[in-house]
Amino acid sequence: MSLIYPKESLSAYPKHLSPEYRSTVKRSPSKPLIIVPHTLSELTGPAFGHDAIQEGDNDLTKQHKGEPLGERIIVHGQVLDEDKRPVPETLVEIWQANACGRYVHNVDQHPAPLDPNFTGAGRTLTDKNGYYKFITVKPGAYPWGNHPNAWRPNHIHFSVFGQSFLTRLVTQMYFPGDYLFPFDPIFNSVTDEKARLRMVSAFDLENTIPDWALCFRWNIVLRGREATPLDTDKH
Amino acid sequence: MSEITPSQTVGPFFAYGLAPNGRCHWDPNGSYSWKETVGDNLITPDAAGQKIHIEGRITDGDGKPINDAMIEIWQADGQGRYAHARGEKPRPNAKFTGFGRSATDKDGVFSFDTVKPGPVPGPNGKPQAPHIVVCIFSRGMLRQIYTRLYFSDEAANAADPILALVPADRRGTLIAHKQAGASQAVYRFDIRVQGENETVFFDI
Repeated sequence: MSLIYPKESLSAYPKHLSPEYRSTVKRSPSKPLIIVPHTLSELTGPAFGHDAIQEGDNDLTKQHKGEPLGERIIVHGQVLDEDKRPVPETLVEIWQANACGRYVHNVDQHPAPLDPNFTGAGRTLTDKNGYYKFITVKPGAYPWGNHPNAWRPNHIHFSVFGQSFLTRLVTQMYFPGDYLFPFDPIFNSVTDEKARLRMVSAFDLENTIPDWALCFRWNIVLRGREATPLDTDKH
Repeated sequence: MSEITPSQTVGPFFAYGLAPNGRCHWDPNGSYSWKETVGDNLITPDAAGQKIHIEGRITDGDGKPINDAMIEIWQADGQGRYAHARGEKPRPNAKFTGFGRSATDKDGVFSFDTVKPGPVPGPNGKPQAPHIVVCIFSRGMLRQIYTRLYFSDEAANAADPILALVPADRRGTLIAHKQAGASQAVYRFDIRVQGENETVFFDI
């Protein structure tokens, strides 16, 4: 089965230039993008050594001697294509701030403490049902320099591969009901409300583990759907 | 109506998760080691083809280096075969994936060690000149931008069906230039995200 990747599906994406997020002003192409057909080079997919992923890489609470501070959470869901078919054996990578809203990256100078027991990076492969699961702590909100008193809502960064170079997705998962949503130009760069809410996880009481961890569910939908007879007529 | 998950920026702090062993010195204390899944050296012992080094600098609309970008590449092997996973016959150089990732350093520089790809099939049965597809992420980019890298010493560029769709006066931005004098083949490929001599990016 081979999928097609209609460009119309990208209409939910933010624009390259979204001036409310100031850094886009000098980092967005100013000339029109050149439209080209999808060739074998785009339709084939990123490959990587599966042996690089080790058991336990999806548990961010067990990478150091002790347990990290913060609310322990499970984040899980499925990676799907546009027809809601699971995307199996695909790489999902995450990185995030610690519970205080501080990243271990040396460029992050937010005066909140680092946690010696938390780095904040994890990765996993989806199973045959496209299912992934991480154990981590809820990341804190943090200030940034975009505008006066700017704060990012709590979020976990996600990097997902999918089955071709066209399905590559880097995005952010948010938490339900965040009071910072209305003020965040990155979240609001997705102008369609329904599309924006697809970046927000759902509180998943059913899969919460009593006396141990809260749980959030988030499905990720990548580009790619099966061709219909109508699509075939076009070519 | 499609319900795909929208893209968001990779932000400035991805390196410790996505490129922990790369050019970006995100951890001056070296206190955290994390095995790399995808790195900037694609060469495997079984890789078929001529070994090459690709190096370049990515700059913004003011010509300033982008020191927090991530460049990903995807390419065929020296015989023009993609390591696409499912349903295909195993290649003799099965360890060569053709996928690489480089986080830029403080000067906006990225680099790859790989093999020069062979020509691959293109639209309507016409071959494409040897090329590498390139995907760029950075803070200030809410979605990735795609470009292509071609090689300055390939006569096949003149007949490449994708280059033919690019205005002639902008094609040069897609050409990696072979550097004279080095013992190993080195290609220079700078990426200008915006402004004068802006790199061609593709709507795919």
